[in-house]
Amino acid sequence: MQMPKPDPSVLSRKPRVVERFLEVLPKDAVIHEEAETRAYECDALTAYRCPPMVAVLPSSTKEVAAVLKICHEEGVPVVPRGSGTSLAGGALPTADCVILGVARMNDVLETNYPDRYIRVQTGRTNLSVTGAVEEDGFFYAPDPSSQLACAIAGNIAMNSGGAHCLKYGVTTNNLMGVTLVQMDGTITEIGGAHLDAGGLDLLGLICGSEGQLGVVTEATLRILPKPEGARPVLMGFDSSEVAGACVSDIIKAGVLPVAIEFMDRLCIETCENFAKAGYPMCEALLIVEVEGSDAEIDDQLTKIIKIAERHNPVELRESKSAEQSAAIWLGRKSAFGAMGQINDYMCLDGTIPVSELPYVLRRIGEMSKEYGLDVGNVFHAGDGNMHPLILFDANKPGDLELCEGFGSDILKLCVEVGGCLTGEHGVGIEKRDLMSHQYTAADLEAQMAVKDVFDPKWLLNPAKVFPLDVSEPRRGADIAAE
Amino acid sequence: MQITDEAGLSEVIRSANAPLRIQGGGTRGLGRASEGALVDMSSFSGITLHEPGALTLVAKAGTPVSEIENVLAKEGQRLAFEPYFLDAGISTIGGVMATNASGPRRIQAGAARDFLLGVRFVDGSGDIVKNGGRVMKNVTGYDLVKLMGGSWGTLGVLTEVSLKVLPVPETEGCLILHGLSAEQAVKAMSSALGSPFEVSGAAHLPENQQTWLRVEGFDVQVKHRLTQLTERLKSFGEITTDISADWTTIRDAKTLGTDGDLWRISVKPSDAPRVAQAFPEGSKWFMDWGGGLIWASIPAGQSARPALAQVGGHATLMRAAPETHKALGTFQPEPSGVASLTAGLRAKFDPRGLFNAHMEPAHVAG
Repeated sequence: MQMPKPDPSVLSRKPRVVERFLEVLPKDAVIHEEAETRAYECDALTAYRCPPMVAVLPSSTKEVAAVLKICHEEGVPVVPRGSGTSLAGGALPTADCVILGVARMNDVLETNYPDRYIRVQTGRTNLSVTGAVEEDGFFYAPDPSSQLACAIAGNIAMNSGGAHCLKYGVTTNNLMGVTLVQMDGTITEIGGAHLDAGGLDLLGLICGSEGQLGVVTEATLRILPKPEGARPVLMGFDSSEVAGACVSDIIKAGVLPVAIEFMDRLCIETCENFAKAGYPMCEALLIVEVEGSDAEIDDQLTKIIKIAERHNPVELRESKSAEQSAAIWLGRKSAFGAMGQINDYMCLDGTIPVSELPYVLRRIGEMSKEYGLDVGNVFHAGDGNMHPLILFDANKPGDLELCEGFGSDILKLCVEVGGCLTGEHGVGIEKRDLMSHQYTAADLEAQMAVKDVFDPKWLLNPAKVFPLDVSEPRRGADIAAE
Repeated sequence: MQITDEAGLSEVIRSANAPLRIQGGGTRGLGRASEGALVDMSSFSGITLHEPGALTLVAKAGTPVSEIENVLAKEGQRLAFEPYFLDAGISTIGGVMATNASGPRRIQAGAARDFLLGVRFVDGSGDIVKNGGRVMKNVTGYDLVKLMGGSWGTLGVLTEVSLKVLPVPETEGCLILHGLSAEQAVKAMSSALGSPFEVSGAAHLPENQQTWLRVEGFDVQVKHRLTQLTERLKSFGEITTDISADWTTIRDAKTLGTDGDLWRISVKPSDAPRVAQAFPEGSKWFMDWGGGLIWASIPAGQSARPALAQVGGHATLMRAAPETHKALGTFQPEPSGVASLTAGLRAKFDPRGLFNAHMEPAHVAG
């Protein structure tokens, strides 16, 4: 993975930059000793590490603006960071950058139940947003797997999804307003407590822009009333084609489950060994969950089971209680941990049209043999968002590169069948160099033109999202001109 | 002029030396009152893909909405954001998406822009650009799909859109609360929308003091939800069940007639009664989205915007004489920070100012 060479002139300005930070931030919010900056050397894509020049931890929008203004004047690149849980390297530093962490900004600013929103500082973790409103019967819908740790700032940057977005949508569908600090320190309020911010959809543009357009310090989020209840049914099939056809039939029938999760044989076996959830040993397993009152759930599960029966399932297990529901979810929820026990793995995130599921799974199986690396599939089947987990040995020379080659072939396959490189994790550095497979030069130019408007000097997270050779003229020219 | 493919459109835009009027079916005010040669998109027509099992449909931008709705209906599906139709004529899907035209179900299912999965468009330099795709989840690069949705033809000309579609529920039901004031109605609607009963429409008609609440789903669900909602809202007074309530009345603002200027106003629901109170004398209005949307007929030439002075939100002039559009501005003036970003984006995507220039919001200080 290539990263731009650190700019020696920026590095030489470190003492001055630190001094200026200390004029606007308390001492403990400016981290510049080498031993301490190491704590920010990577995010959850741990294969790549690089300590930043400085890390700062502002406590308010004003402090964020002051920091960005200084960096703008000094020509120092800034990498914003939520909780550092990105699987795509979104918060990976360069040696000449300032990491701007929002972790100290985690207050709830306002909750409003009649109008159904919450306003928070964006360092707040995803799960604790729900935590702030659940006693009153509400929740915040997007639920990425890392929701215990990940921050709203990162969710907005990556437009995070989760298992339940089949029904509730992803971050962009639940975001009503933001306080955005641009690279030059300008603070702009966009949207608010009303639906559909006026004018151009700047909110939609900022959400998913991977920290390249500005730093979002506060957010107005839509909250929803909690459903009366939820229960899943587990079903096993002897081929993934049949499971895929079953998913498609359920969706066509007009049942809108809140989640449809898929696991293949390798995942089922690994999870079973790890969590002892009592899963059937078969080629493909689906967990389909619906919501509502008890009677509503029974009605919907009956409809789903009727559809499943047409596909000759090897197992059908309908949950009748909270205990049984927990048992059904146990294996799925421990999938990533279980896979991590048997080896290192790389988690991909391509999305495909649901109809291409059987073909793509078969091709991944064939490629797995060609590369000699095992791959497990566990993913959100309802929306085609795949998560192939490629197993490799990080201590074996060449294995990481082999795994990356395999991963990039899978993502290219996703694009070929009409899908995309990333459904919910973001591009970061991980998929940066594959962007030209999905987009033409004109497509990328249109996206980069947006960054030109928000961050003309290309100082915010500049080495991400766009292939380095494509973004080079923009990054090079302006930074060098400082 | 009639153009039938992207290459032809690109050529027209490249060689243009004066503003263009981009128009689909001409039913949504796009291209209205603007000078310049008309670019008629209605020949960019046809559904190119419909995968019922994947809940996706791809259509050229000039495809009539009615054609899409017919094709979807055959598979028991629909456009869940419930696009509104104000003027007679053949509305196109490009026009719906360019204006982010969402109806009553927006509060539950999402807005038009939430169902837009991918776009192809030609920008002001004549470059053909695609963004997004035809899958439900896609965070690959910047979301220009959202940017193009609701951009009123000011950044580029949409040529193709990919949409998420949803199944039509088995049945629906409607509760009507009688005799409520605007304040009480918003409270009742907030209570309903804050319940787990998935209310998919919440409107209040002050003229006959009726408050409508819609639920949809399987028969078992609808019965359960109507019963539970009736119980929850009983303190608000008389409640009746009405299965024949016509939600297109709300969707298309039919009750307001065509006498005054038509405004569409998005506010925080609890602010709505205060805003409506402040409309000029002789105004008529009703609330949708649980109070979050006010449709108002304001006496011709007068502005609805002073009523928003003390609250957040925005008012769009939907139907008025050209001189009123010119005098009041079609869109809510924007604070300077947002306005400079908007101007910056327009300068990038349409550097020669060719597209629907009259659609630009005015700037205000602050």
